[in-house]
Amino acid sequence: MSSALSRIEDLPTTVVIRSDLAAAHEAEKALLAEVAGCNYSEAATFAVKLAVEEGMNNAIKHGSRFDSRKTVELIYDISKDRAVITITDQGGGFDPSAVPDPTADENLEKPTGRGMMLMRAYMDEVVYNSKGNQVRMVKRNT
Amino acid sequence: MQQDHMRQDHPRLKITTQGDVTVVELADRKILDEVNISHIGERLQGLVAKAASPKFVLDFSNVAHMSSSALGMLITLHKRVREKKGQLRLCGIQAPIYEVFVITRLNEIFEISKTVEDAIKTFN
Repeated sequence: MSSALSRIEDLPTTVVIRSDLAAAHEAEKALLAEVAGCNYSEAATFAVKLAVEEGMNNAIKHGSRFDSRKTVELIYDISKDRAVITITDQGGGFDPSAVPDPTADENLEKPTGRGMMLMRAYMDEVVYNSKGNQVRMVKRNT
Repeated sequence: MQQDHMRQDHPRLKITTQGDVTVVELADRKILDEVNISHIGERLQGLVAKAASPKFVLDFSNVAHMSSSALGMLITLHKRVREKKGQLRLCGIQAPIYEVFVITRLNEIFEISKTVEDAIKTFN
């Protein structure tokens, strides 16, 4: 019985929200509560918080273009060892390799374009699907 | 440095003046939320617009989290300050957030001091 229960608890959590920053904030809070419950290090918690915020913002701003009729799906599986987070939007996707390097001299003073770079800097794995409307991120709790 | 008694409080910003320098303490622990960022950005730009040659210190001592949107807001603010021949300094940035500045190379764009007092000393 207890092993069956623990298996259920180990299942990833799926949340579908309307494309709205306030709704995203609530979903992020629930995810971060799970991270806190698993005693992640300060550095890993900072990383997950930053990356999820950036990923959800990108999904809502660029994927849904703030169209609240569209939804964003957040799937997360938080264990003591690692956090696996997948964010999918209903947009047309993008080519991550075409995003300009925000640390290039000519882009340093542009106010946008750092979200994806920060996700990559702080997470151990960041992988986009071929369409470019889904990102899967992994952070190990080290 | 004498602290002006004119003090204006705001839920997210604490604004004081020290001589001709405006010190803005960011009161929120995290500057991630887009609505917060937009609000803070508008408020800061309003302050810059009112000043003839703005000298601003932004104190991040209370801030434990950041986002790329907040960095964008700071870059836009920096531009507005320079357009008015003013100067902007950042201070009190905690180590994890300073790392964000380093990763994005924005530590090369902004003048960053340890404390408000250190920042004020750097003004011309």
